[in-house]
Amino acid sequence: MSAISLKDLDVSYGSAKVVEGVSFEVAEGESFALVGESGSGKSTVLKAIAGLAPGWTGEMAVLGQPRGHRPDRGFARRCQMVFQDPYGSLHPRKTVDTVLSEPLQVHGIGSRDARVEEMLRAVGLDRRFRFRYPHQLSGGQRQRVAIARALMLEPKVMLLDEPTSALDVSVQAEILNLLKRLRAEQGLTYLMVTHNLPVVGFMCDRMAVMNRGRVVEIAPATALHDGGFADPYSRALYAASGGTAHD
Amino acid sequence: MSAPLLSVEDLRVSFPTPAGRVEVVKGLSFDLGRERLGIVGESGSGKSMTGRAILRLVRPPGQVTARRMEFEGTEIQSLSERRMRDLRGARISMIMQDPKFSLNPVMTVGRQIAEALQAHERLGRSATRARVLEMLDAVRINDPELVAKMYPHEISGGMGQRVMIAMMLIPRPSLLIADEPTSALDVSVQAQVLDLIDELVRDHGMGLILISHDLNLVSRYCDRIMVMNAGRVVESCAAADLRHAQHPYTRGLLAAVPRMHETRDSLPVLDRSGWSGT
Repeated sequence: MSAISLKDLDVSYGSAKVVEGVSFEVAEGESFALVGESGSGKSTVLKAIAGLAPGWTGEMAVLGQPRGHRPDRGFARRCQMVFQDPYGSLHPRKTVDTVLSEPLQVHGIGSRDARVEEMLRAVGLDRRFRFRYPHQLSGGQRQRVAIARALMLEPKVMLLDEPTSALDVSVQAEILNLLKRLRAEQGLTYLMVTHNLPVVGFMCDRMAVMNRGRVVEIAPATALHDGGFADPYSRALYAASGGTAHD
Repeated sequence: MSAPLLSVEDLRVSFPTPAGRVEVVKGLSFDLGRERLGIVGESGSGKSMTGRAILRLVRPPGQVTARRMEFEGTEIQSLSERRMRDLRGARISMIMQDPKFSLNPVMTVGRQIAEALQAHERLGRSATRARVLEMLDAVRINDPELVAKMYPHEISGGMGQRVMIAMMLIPRPSLLIADEPTSALDVSVQAQVLDLIDELVRDHGMGLILISHDLNLVSRYCDRIMVMNAGRVVESCAAADLRHAQHPYTRGLLAAVPRMHETRDSLPVLDRSGWSGT
């Protein structure tokens, strides 16, 4: 069974079709990247899976369960999303504790106190941050909270939308290490959107290159080592990122 | 060597906090000729404040002091606000991070660029128009006549940044400060915009200060690099020698960047216990 399976996915915003005929499978435990420029539709694919882009047609399944157009309570426990901007994705007037307890409350899960403590430890945040507000945290700490929030319901699939592009390189290294460790510890599957090819090389097994709403190529991450891309667009993207073939 | 374009000695910027004044730039000194200088550092290292201080754009309660801050032989600190306005834009220009927030949304691109020119030069309408179109062409906008009539929301981010560059360079300044000029742009567009800045700076014999957190990018486009941490310059070297950087902070920053040929299992992380950073 694949963790994520998309077949002929089309997504439209109003009359504008932004994703066309996207199909790919992500195996359980795999880390898969969607790369491309802004406007290529890569974030839209994540949004459609998460149920944030209602105008889609085609077939989507997460862990074998087909995705419908209605809100799905069980889906939240299987699959969660981390957003790009840690400054925008946390409620400014809720403490870290409230943000982390809320999903448990919604799903009627007990022993919240212990779970929150444990999760803070897992993402490498000190206990003293528990009752702070987002404005009292740095960008890296906020992204740790956002990751902790996504993991509270113990999902198996994580959708990551540019999780480090708003962060400094040194903080990016910390968050990437954290994501890599969590994936190994909890057997997670990642579907990650990024425009940074070296990040793909560090985090992912395979990648789909998107251009103008379509997947132009699916390549292994090792293609980043030797520039082994078949599609001309992928090769141009690789060159623009400072990659040189055969070196 | 000829007299430097910009000469800064013991620059300090401070802000008041409940716990007393905090210095965010702590005694920075450098000379800049007609060359390309990169200032690198993390958020909060004081790199952007340095750029703003040179243009006297640090607002109260922020406080800027320097023993000396001379631009083309003139002491900037003692200039009246009016003289400073003549200098800003005309002699020293600054490109900001995000074109979306720096362009006026209710004015066409052409009018905004013309306004930048008219603020510093008296020119007739047709001469102004000719200069605007020529400048748009210089920043490689394909159809200048058409784009001049467009509003900022009708153009892409990369195009917006090119319009910003056109606006900043049209009065022909001798120093350009670019504060993270491409961090809001796609990788593929980034290179184009930086190549363009590079080419224009060389052609016009200008000085450039490129402020960024991206070490690799700065080393590609600058002659000299200053690495800042917590308000101080920790290392200063020629861009070509960056690979042999000595300071542990610089080495830490270099190592933290994922590489295209990545084989490491985990990325080395800066030990922050010695700093007060994030």
